[in-house]
Amino acid sequence: MRVIARVENLTKHYFLEGEVVKALRGVTLSFEEGDFVALMGPSGSGKSTLLNLLGCLDRPTSGRYFLGNQDVSTMSDDQLSEIRCRYIGFIFQSYNLIQQYTVVENIEVPLLYQGRVDASTRRRCIRLAEMVGLGERLNHRPTQLSGGQQQRVAIARALVNDPHVILADEPTGNLDSKTSDEIMELLCTLNEAGKTIIMVTHENDIAAWAKRVVRMRDGKVESDVRTAPLGISGSSLASVTP
Amino acid sequence: MIFLTKIRRTISMAIRNLWLHKLRSFLSVLGIIIGTAAVISLMAFGEGSMQDALEDIKKQGLTNVIVTSVKPPEEATSQRRSFVANYGLTDDDHRRFVETLKNLVTATLPMRVFPAELRPVTDSRLYNGRVVGTTPRHAIVYKLENMIAAGRFLTEQDEEPIPRNVCVIGSELAAELFPGEDPINKTIRISGKDRAFVVVGVLKDRMPNTSGAEIEKYNGDMYIPLKACRSLLGEISFIRATGARGAEKVQLSQVVLTVDDSGDTDAVRDRVRGVADIVRAQLSATHPKKDWDIRIPLDRLEEAERTRDRYRILLAFIAGISLLVGGIGIMNIMLATVTERTREIGIRRALGAKRSDITLQFLLEAVVQTTLGGVIGVLVGLSMVFLVPYVASQFNYRVPAAIHNWSIILAFSVAVAVGVLFGWYPARRAACLDPIEALRHE
Ligand SMILES: Nc1ncnc2c1ncn2[C@@H]1O[C@H](COP(=O)(O)OP(=O)(O)OP(=O)(O)O)[C@@H](O)[C@H]1O
Ligand SMILES: [Mg+2]
Repeated sequence: MRVIARVENLTKHYFLEGEVVKALRGVTLSFEEGDFVALMGPSGSGKSTLLNLLGCLDRPTSGRYFLGNQDVSTMSDDQLSEIRCRYIGFIFQSYNLIQQYTVVENIEVPLLYQGRVDASTRRRCIRLAEMVGLGERLNHRPTQLSGGQQQRVAIARALVNDPHVILADEPTGNLDSKTSDEIMELLCTLNEAGKTIIMVTHENDIAAWAKRVVRMRDGKVESDVRTAPLGISGSSLASVTP
Repeated sequence: MIFLTKIRRTISMAIRNLWLHKLRSFLSVLGIIIGTAAVISLMAFGEGSMQDALEDIKKQGLTNVIVTSVKPPEEATSQRRSFVANYGLTDDDHRRFVETLKNLVTATLPMRVFPAELRPVTDSRLYNGRVVGTTPRHAIVYKLENMIAAGRFLTEQDEEPIPRNVCVIGSELAAELFPGEDPINKTIRISGKDRAFVVVGVLKDRMPNTSGAEIEKYNGDMYIPLKACRSLLGEISFIRATGARGAEKVQLSQVVLTVDDSGDTDAVRDRVRGVADIVRAQLSATHPKKDWDIRIPLDRLEEAERTRDRYRILLAFIAGISLLVGGIGIMNIMLATVTERTREIGIRRALGAKRSDITLQFLLEAVVQTTLGGVIGVLVGLSMVFLVPYVASQFNYRVPAAIHNWSIILAFSVAVAVGVLFGWYPARRAACLDPIEALRHE
């Protein structure tokens, strides 16, 4: 399998009024194309910090990060934006949709910053909305949708730029277990279609969907195991490719 | 291309966001609206009255030096005594001007002006107008070539060899004495005189001249050949109506000297001043009393232009202040917006927006606001420019207004510039937010 992202000896320190918070203390990991990774660990262990670094939202204090074959750890702010724009899809715990936009418009946002929005990309956004089951609600606004539906929009948005890797920070954290399962099924389908997914979660039954579980503690990797994933039980979504 | 699409998108997004907060957006641009409207209308009214003043002055001819007879002050106080007040410019003065100034002056126009009751011979209508004894050069000096409504102006043949009893009359005089009739070839009589004058020409409506001590309403004038005037009156100008027993003896009420206007403006200016100096010296030497006065329209023009410049500076200052206030309003609301939408900024940054994209978004939002404010302000200002003179005219006031295209462009572009200037800081602040912090913002 091709390695799609690799971090070497990554550290991240926060400086707070003279105090140093060592959120990451040397993390080395590599992620293969098509992998489905669950990042687990107690609160404050540095999961979100790592995910943000993987998502190029921040730069490490030291260590290297290769995305594809580019070293992104030393890139400028604009270059990082470009990387996020083209190669990364984000899914957040609190959905993070833009309130004044409709479903389609929200899905379109990453393309906006790639500077390619036209009729064909609009059609692509509509297809994605249909794929996540929101074909009927293209012109609804986030406030008119349930949490699960909003997260589906977020997933569609994370797919629209056809990213190398999808990063999800507790994507089911705000959802009930039934809706969580639906969302996980959706992610699982995407993974089966070839998408690389890295997901932070607290819950074991959510992590059970993943193929690999990385546990963290105090800013370090504690364990890294491959598991037999749950798989989708007769999903109707299996045939969908974004 | 990509940049243009981005701009278009961002603008439509900005408009949508503003529409979402209609009242707030309106209030935040109110300062800009008022500022722009004030600039447009103050400028129009200021320029209007300035233009009026300048027109007045230009009508007197910028190359003219106007010498007038003035009743000397000691004469004015001794009104009670019965005697003939003898003062003012004489034919000798005029002759001397012609001689000494012949190389500097292209025309000299002696005039004799007196108020009179005018009536048609045929009926009892009456009009209090002025009789102006003048020469055909009057038409040149006062630029009347396009002001003839009917007939002609006075000609050389009206003066030589024997003066004819003909007249050219102003529009109001014509309308009052001959309502609904053609005044040409009608006859007008001057009260108290036994001579009648045949109308040979009628002038168009002319703006009154308000630049002198008293307003000259040209439309009530009756122009007759100077020689006819002299043989009509002798040297007694008129019997004073109010002072009962006094009379005044004035040979010439006014002499207009038109200075040669060849060469550049500075040369002409110097020449006008030179002529004025010579005239002043001559009159001081020959007149023991100060019974004359010199008016130089050019001087008044320069003064008026200075006044206008001062007014413009004042206006620019007012405009600056009001737009500054407007700009602060915008900045304030934009800072609040940035705080309020911190999370949205985080989302956009996470999804690939560069700092410049965020800057552009908020900058354009500010600029769209001030631009709309500018447009509304221009419209409000323009409607004031049309409404105020209209309302004033209902109360018989004249409020002159002149709209300059550049005042609109100026007000508008200043409004846009205010958006850029005062939107810049909030936009930069939005752009420099840390994406992770912003995403965590409630
Ligand atoms: N911006 C920051 N400034 C200072 N310290 C920070 C900052 N962000 C994170 N930290 C610290 O870094 C450590 C790791 O935080 P992180 O958010 O990665 O934990 P986490 O594993 O995601 O926890 P949780 O499961 O509660 O989300 C924590 O001790 C946290 O206090
Ligand atoms: Mg976290």
